[in-house]
Amino acid sequence: MTDVVAAPAAVVTVAHGRGELPGWRLLLRRPTFIAGAAILLFWVVCAVFGHIIAPQDPLAQQLLATNKAPSAAHWFGTDQLGRDVFSRVIVGARSILVISVFATLLGTVAGTALGLAMGYLGGVVDILAGRIVEAVLALPLLVVAFLFLVALGPSPLTIIIVIGFVFTPLIARTVRSAVLVERQQDYLASARLLGENRTYIMFVEILPNVLAAVLVEFTVRLGYAIFTVASLSFLGFGVQQPTPDWGADINANYGVLPAGYWWMTLFPALAIASLVIAINLVTDSIEQVLAS
Amino acid sequence: MATYVLKRLGLALVTLWLLSVIVFFASQVLPGDPGRAILGNLAAPSAVAALDHQLGVDRPLLVQYWTWVTGLLHGNMGTSYTFRAPVEPYISAALVNSIKLAALAFVIVVPLGILGGVVAALNYGRAADRVISVAGLSATTVPEFVSGIVLIVVFGVALKVLPVSASAGTGASAASQLQHLILPAIPLVLVLFGYIARMARAGTIEALNSDYARTAILKGLKRSVVIRRHILRNSLLPTITVIATQTGYLIGGLVIVETLFNYQGIGNLIFKAATSKDFPMLAAGVLVIGVVYMVATLIADVLYTVLNPRLRLGGAE
Amino acid sequence: MTATETAAAGSVDDLAPTLLVEHLEVTHRVRGNDRRALRDVSFQIGRRESYGLVGESGSGKSTVALALTRYLPRNGRVTGGRISINGQDPLAMDAAALRAMRARTVSMVYQEPGKALNPSIRVGRQVAEVYEVAGLDRATAMDRSEAMLRTVQISDPGRVMGLYPHQISGGMAQRVVIAMALAAEPALLILDEPTTALDATVEAEVLDLVAALREDFATSVLFISHNLAVIAKMCDRVGVLYAGELLEEGPAQRVFEEPRHPYTVGLLRCIPRRGQRKDAGRLDTIPGFLPPPGHTLPGCVFAPRCPIAEERCREARPPAFPVGPGRSSRCYLHDATSDLPRNTPVDVELASSRDPAELVVVLQDLSTTFTHGGERVRALVGVNLGLERGETLGLVGESGSGKTTLAKALLGLTAPDKGSVVELDGAALAAQARRRPREQLKALQIVFQNPDSALNRRHTVRHLISRPLARLAGLSGARLRERLIDLVRSVRLEERHLSLRPSQLSGGLKQRVAIARAFGGGPRIVVCDEPTSALDVSVQAAILNLLADLQAKERVTYLFISHDLGVVRYLSDRIAVLYLGRIMELGPAETVFAGPHHPYTEALLSAVPSIDGQRADRIRLHGEIPSAASPPSGCVFHTRCPRRLPTGICETTEPPLAEVAPGHLMSCHIPIDQLTILQRTEQDGD
Repeated sequence: MTDVVAAPAAVVTVAHGRGELPGWRLLLRRPTFIAGAAILLFWVVCAVFGHIIAPQDPLAQQLLATNKAPSAAHWFGTDQLGRDVFSRVIVGARSILVISVFATLLGTVAGTALGLAMGYLGGVVDILAGRIVEAVLALPLLVVAFLFLVALGPSPLTIIIVIGFVFTPLIARTVRSAVLVERQQDYLASARLLGENRTYIMFVEILPNVLAAVLVEFTVRLGYAIFTVASLSFLGFGVQQPTPDWGADINANYGVLPAGYWWMTLFPALAIASLVIAINLVTDSIEQVLAS
Repeated sequence: MATYVLKRLGLALVTLWLLSVIVFFASQVLPGDPGRAILGNLAAPSAVAALDHQLGVDRPLLVQYWTWVTGLLHGNMGTSYTFRAPVEPYISAALVNSIKLAALAFVIVVPLGILGGVVAALNYGRAADRVISVAGLSATTVPEFVSGIVLIVVFGVALKVLPVSASAGTGASAASQLQHLILPAIPLVLVLFGYIARMARAGTIEALNSDYARTAILKGLKRSVVIRRHILRNSLLPTITVIATQTGYLIGGLVIVETLFNYQGIGNLIFKAATSKDFPMLAAGVLVIGVVYMVATLIADVLYTVLNPRLRLGGAE
Repeated sequence: MTATETAAAGSVDDLAPTLLVEHLEVTHRVRGNDRRALRDVSFQIGRRESYGLVGESGSGKSTVALALTRYLPRNGRVTGGRISINGQDPLAMDAAALRAMRARTVSMVYQEPGKALNPSIRVGRQVAEVYEVAGLDRATAMDRSEAMLRTVQISDPGRVMGLYPHQISGGMAQRVVIAMALAAEPALLILDEPTTALDATVEAEVLDLVAALREDFATSVLFISHNLAVIAKMCDRVGVLYAGELLEEGPAQRVFEEPRHPYTVGLLRCIPRRGQRKDAGRLDTIPGFLPPPGHTLPGCVFAPRCPIAEERCREARPPAFPVGPGRSSRCYLHDATSDLPRNTPVDVELASSRDPAELVVVLQDLSTTFTHGGERVRALVGVNLGLERGETLGLVGESGSGKTTLAKALLGLTAPDKGSVVELDGAALAAQARRRPREQLKALQIVFQNPDSALNRRHTVRHLISRPLARLAGLSGARLRERLIDLVRSVRLEERHLSLRPSQLSGGLKQRVAIARAFGGGPRIVVCDEPTSALDVSVQAAILNLLADLQAKERVTYLFISHDLGVVRYLSDRIAVLYLGRIMELGPAETVFAGPHHPYTEALLSAVPSIDGQRADRIRLHGEIPSAASPPSGCVFHTRCPRRLPTGICETTEPPLAEVAPGHLMSCHIPIDQLTILQRTEQDGD
């Protein structure tokens, strides 16, 4: 007998508390998680050990071997200054990963604190912060980010701060929603009846319950951070030459793309794509495990 | 309901005002002196000072802000430093171009996204769902220039089936314009697809799990009827809001795509204005996209209220 | 086809049962493991018969209903047995036949009526859909729908047809759902906890409606509920489910008067009845816990908890023994059930610290106002109440009565209006808990209804109970540990529970943790807000006894809030009846129950089904509970009061809460002697 009719998607399970942290074992059983984590691990290794792994010096310009198509000597070919693209791709993992991870961490910590305050304290804090958040979000993050970078100058530190700043309201919004759900629960009333002060309630009572949401936000934002960092580099507001950076390299070489010189932009592009997809696979697995 | 619309409008205006303040004062931080930027490094300081005075940039900030805002309200967006001409024609032309591109992207992605999300939800947990979900998620976070480059390489350089440049040239036919816009539209479609499909999927799953879906099925209705009549109208409600809020991401995407394909849209205009420190152009452009976004969200909120009987009408008797 | 035509045309002879279930087995697949939800369940329902399936949570009663309509969740399947509805086998049907069966032969009514209706489609269309599936055109379907709505006693059905589900009340929504269910004139109507989410007076009406319609439509009914009293009232026969097995079956009256299975005996002893009090005629409890889902015990599934279990009970599963005409019991020892040993003593000495002269809490002119959706709602209006030291004051009321708001105002979780007086030991209490000194916080604590919401699921039990010890009682170190152990023992938990989190505990255990936490600071007054409403009957009894014992041991005063009159009567010394934010009646428990009482109390009492025997249908309230946003003028109860005075005073003037006998207050224009006469002529000695 098959399920001939539209059975509900819900499944009878043991009642699970909301917001439990993922069961690590369940996570490891998923092929999507393993694939994503493997790719991620590869790029992290490249970020840390890139200079040792790369076959050639990514900064070495060989002016006699410029614009060479992929060959045995240069697996990914050379760019307009004769630099080995393969080595640049390997080493380029570092800048994008470092900046993205720290930017996301900054945004998550600040956003969580802000979201907790907005959600629990409510009132004037919530309304005021809410208006400002909405005003900032009325502009595309990318635009806000590059406006600041034009003003401040693109150094890795400023990029981290700018992206972190721009993520804070987004993450705050999600945390705030999670906090509002918790506010309906009676355990907060119990805490008030014990005479707990507001800081205790926010950080000891509420925060552990929204951590799962925060974790998911972190992984999702990490993907967007990479997206944004790469895009900023592409626009020329990222890491500056001659440091190897995927986005910056694309920025430097996309002009000759219509002329048929595809390898110096395609491989960094594929690297970005693979990193982003890897993060998504991991995020998706975490969400799947939390949902079950 | 009319009160709600008015309240939303009021809030939107407040946000708009906040936005104008942020834009104005943020761009004041841009280093460099406009007069110097226009006349170049070799110009005499007195000439620079005269030009600065003419441009009005030596007056107090608040006065400058007030002049700017009142000018805006009269439709005067200022004079571009770079082109030494009024800003409006540039902005409107660029806006029209961007709208064409955005419209094309929307026309493709909205039905596609909704279809993908609903199909994924109906196949919850099965292969079709996993593929659509993961593919959608991945497509969303691959930056537009990355997919753009891959597309250019594959379709423009290798296969040579589509034109690489987005501009068809002045006076080109609609069909020709469309052909040129396809490649730039696709990265936008890819990014938006994920959001829309995800929302449609979540909404449909929630509707499928609901008690009223159970009632409908146990009435003996055919599955297709249940989906069409009961599920869809409830599941698509939240999706509508998402579509409007996507305008934000879309505009960001426009900046990238227009730069990559060298298309004279508003994203490109803003980018160039920022790098060349053309403050009036930059401020006007940024404000315009802010307005576009807020109009979109306003429409979405109103639409949501109108379509949701719970909000449109009163409560229990 | 009209009801009579259907009955006459009847597919098979009238002797064949409408529903036949034989050796049904259902399994769920959870996280890669198979868990058996139903095992060897067999019963049948005859034509026009009403069969009740009773069980606590985890019994599988809802799974039976889902299996019958083949609407098991994705991970569930029927792994054995046979089902036959009107001679057809739903398990062997193809999609089209199954749809036809669902459309015409079987209908279901579920628990939450508001959610069962599509929020985006008007009510009329949804009812008409049933007729359209049967082949009628739209216009005829709409006409028939309107007629059907009238049949379910919805006045002004034409208007209701054009409303959306969120615009109608819960009671009316359930009528609409019943209308949809019966429109198809099904052979079998399945009701799964249809009135659990409704207020008592509304529930009574809906149940009466179902009983009446059953007669008119000649439908067989499968009634699923955890509430034995409702089943006793509505059903001809009953089956008792436990952990997926049918343990006892038979005519409802006989089974409840003379149960022949230890579980049924235990279950019945857990329900508070007339005459039972916390110290005289104590509720019995069933020791132990439900077997975990997916268990594979070799013997009788109830053996681990049975007081008379023998070796053979644990080794081999007992068959269903016939124990009378139409009765069976799955117990080797079914003859020994009349003398089943109790788990708790019948009578207990409970030290009382009652002192009516000392009022620990005084509420004077207490009013609270909310703004909800732009309207001002007065949840409490001028409430005057005093809590005597050591007593248990029961607070009774339906939704909108304000009973929870009263508790929250007392505790400082809701701010009362200006002019309200809330005093503890003669000293005013600050409106917000935040501003109250520790001594006051220490004195007033609460046990909430839902332990899932009341306990922070990320904290351990140890943290949860230790916190009040540290914050309110000011203990630390060794003394805290000592008191912690003491507290854990007094709520009958074990030390091993301390390192667990709430999600690892059952409902009853969680509530014990909540109680331990409430008592941790050494309170003098504990508010119990529906503390057992979310629990199973057998667990409820244990918690109620625990509360009674703790009160004696710790010498506290209780404010006990509940909608369950039986439970309130069991525990309370005095009772206050609330309606739309006003006290209707206040007095000693037995007096309020025995009468003469306020017409509303009278209606409440006659609305609640009792397992003690069928009550004559005396007072039935009509209409819905008015909205608190626009309460009726004069006496707020006058719109539904069956004893409304013809002089019109009830519509114009609000009656004061006046003392009609020593210690007995009532808010009614009818003089007490007149009430006594009116109510005595109708009652049969309650």
